[in-house]
Amino acid sequence: MTNTTMGPPSARGFFGRFGGRFVPEPIMPACLELESAFGRAWADRAFRAELDAHLRHYAGRPSPVTECHRLGDLLGVRVLVKREDLNHTGSHKINNVLGQALLARRMGKRRVVAETGAGQHGVATATACALFGLDCVVYMGEVDVARQRLNVFRMELLGATVVPVTSGSRTLKDAVNEALRHWVATVADTHYCIGSVMGPHPYPWMVREFQRVIGEEARAQCADLLDGGIPSHVLACVGGGSNAAGIFAGFADTDAELIGVEAAGGAAIGGDLVGVVHGSKSMLLQDDAGQVLEAYSVSAGLDYPGIGPEHAHLADIGRASYPSVTDAEVLDAVRVVSRTEGLIPALESAHAFAYLLREAGGSIPHGSTVLVNLSGRGDKDMEQISDLLAEHKETQ
Amino acid sequence: MTTLEASLRAVGHPVLMPYVTGGVTENWLDYVHAAVDAGADAVEIGIPFSDPVIDGPVIQAASVQALERGTTPDTVMRDLAAYRGSVPLVVMTYYNLVHRYGHAAFARRLVEAGVSGVVLADLPMEEAAEWTEVADAAGIATVLLAAPSTPDSRLEEVCTRSQGFVYAMGVMGVTGERAVLADSARDIADRVKAVADKPVLVGVGVSTPENAALLSAHADGVIIGAPVMRRIAEGGSVADLVAGFRAALG
Repeated sequence: MTNTTMGPPSARGFFGRFGGRFVPEPIMPACLELESAFGRAWADRAFRAELDAHLRHYAGRPSPVTECHRLGDLLGVRVLVKREDLNHTGSHKINNVLGQALLARRMGKRRVVAETGAGQHGVATATACALFGLDCVVYMGEVDVARQRLNVFRMELLGATVVPVTSGSRTLKDAVNEALRHWVATVADTHYCIGSVMGPHPYPWMVREFQRVIGEEARAQCADLLDGGIPSHVLACVGGGSNAAGIFAGFADTDAELIGVEAAGGAAIGGDLVGVVHGSKSMLLQDDAGQVLEAYSVSAGLDYPGIGPEHAHLADIGRASYPSVTDAEVLDAVRVVSRTEGLIPALESAHAFAYLLREAGGSIPHGSTVLVNLSGRGDKDMEQISDLLAEHKETQ
Repeated sequence: MTTLEASLRAVGHPVLMPYVTGGVTENWLDYVHAAVDAGADAVEIGIPFSDPVIDGPVIQAASVQALERGTTPDTVMRDLAAYRGSVPLVVMTYYNLVHRYGHAAFARRLVEAGVSGVVLADLPMEEAAEWTEVADAAGIATVLLAAPSTPDSRLEEVCTRSQGFVYAMGVMGVTGERAVLADSARDIADRVKAVADKPVLVGVGVSTPENAALLSAHADGVIIGAPVMRRIAEGGSVADLVAGFRAALG
């Protein structure tokens, strides 16, 4: 139980009291196989070099850190933004899927199944599968299919099969259920490419390691900008929590305050209840009987009632905090960041900015140096943001 | 030996264990009684969960229907007080409900409700120790799943640790009916029988009395879930369905 902060989990996949491998027997052998394959690949210099080359020459890494002077002046803090929005496919999701797709190929799997909420992970997975010649099936909640039509089209154009999920809340949670059911039946030749730091061991660890590149780059970039210093605060939005895990990993051993911002309607840490769903023990929105509750968020990517187990652990030991912001604060942040910086954040990423806007001069004192992870760009959300802003105007 | 295992061993013919989702209708216990009266040797009772990842469309629909009626672990156990059969009851559910209820309280409640075994679909043996310690003390058998994908090296340990019986999954996939009996069902039955020192029941994909009869040469019995729940959804007779399986199994 004495793993260093953001080091490897225990042998059974626990970060403190969270994590593990709570899956039905048919997929247990695949999880064990994946754990061993990832361990070997991650220790293999050739695999790392191949992944690095794809990240550099295909995805466009390293992504820059941009200092946002106008926003900084407005808020009285120094604002540095890690530009994951500039990656190929428009978000940090590509970092993870390139890693998993390479691993799938190395394991001899020729099919990949994935779940998606906002569609970013689905698009990234479809992209990596096209690149490596793998078959791709993406499960997406029917509600999300409707609010992210363009991403559905992108996935299909990339050769993926998109399956709308009509069970349960018809959002991300149920897309995960269907992807798991599909995997149970096809596990012999299929890899399940989970999009966040959730699911059974080794996924939370593996996905964080594939996203660690965000934090490692940002650490060096901040050192350049800050004369060898580090930011006082690191902010990232959290659904499952992969972009946050990636950027936190670069600063876990520093004094920087790590803040993961949840959607008010999907605040698993805020709910303060331990639960087990989708393969791991973590914090979970649930009722008195243990039925998992549906999350409600303007952002399809954060519409998830759980959170990655390592985040639950970081909250448990006090290394990171997980406040939440409301949909209205998020829409406001989209407007402010767009107008002051010419950066249109994805609705997910706008949660981190919304927290900064609310707290600058408060819990984030004037004079702070804040690193914000801009995990994705807002192109996919234009139709929805335009509708929401119109609605907002009407109600005023 | 657990009381569940002793009861199943004493049956003397191939075991027939139908499954009924608790709370699917107000009078769901009637289906349990109908199954018992038609020759069931044990009954598996599902406690519905919001995210049943190992269940196919038929049992998912039953779970949704039960949850919409306000079904909880407590309402299922309360209803079981009116159970008047003598065959053993096994509860099937997902681990979060047990975790939320509290291990000791859940085990106690199972005992009070007359349940002798439990299948927790998403609690593999590696994570089961905390629960089984409590369940063992209460005399509740924790049944483990064996899957076609379970390698031989692992299968032996699954069979050793499983209590009451070993639940052999006939196909790789979610619960539900299949048009023909999969070869995997016979294979897994044979593989489990070769190493298990307790009854082996095959579930998942056992769709017809003919399937069941074929399997009875390879295992100690069958579990039928989706066919029962489909029959209930269609408003048909559970008694006739179970009687058909009983006749085929002998």
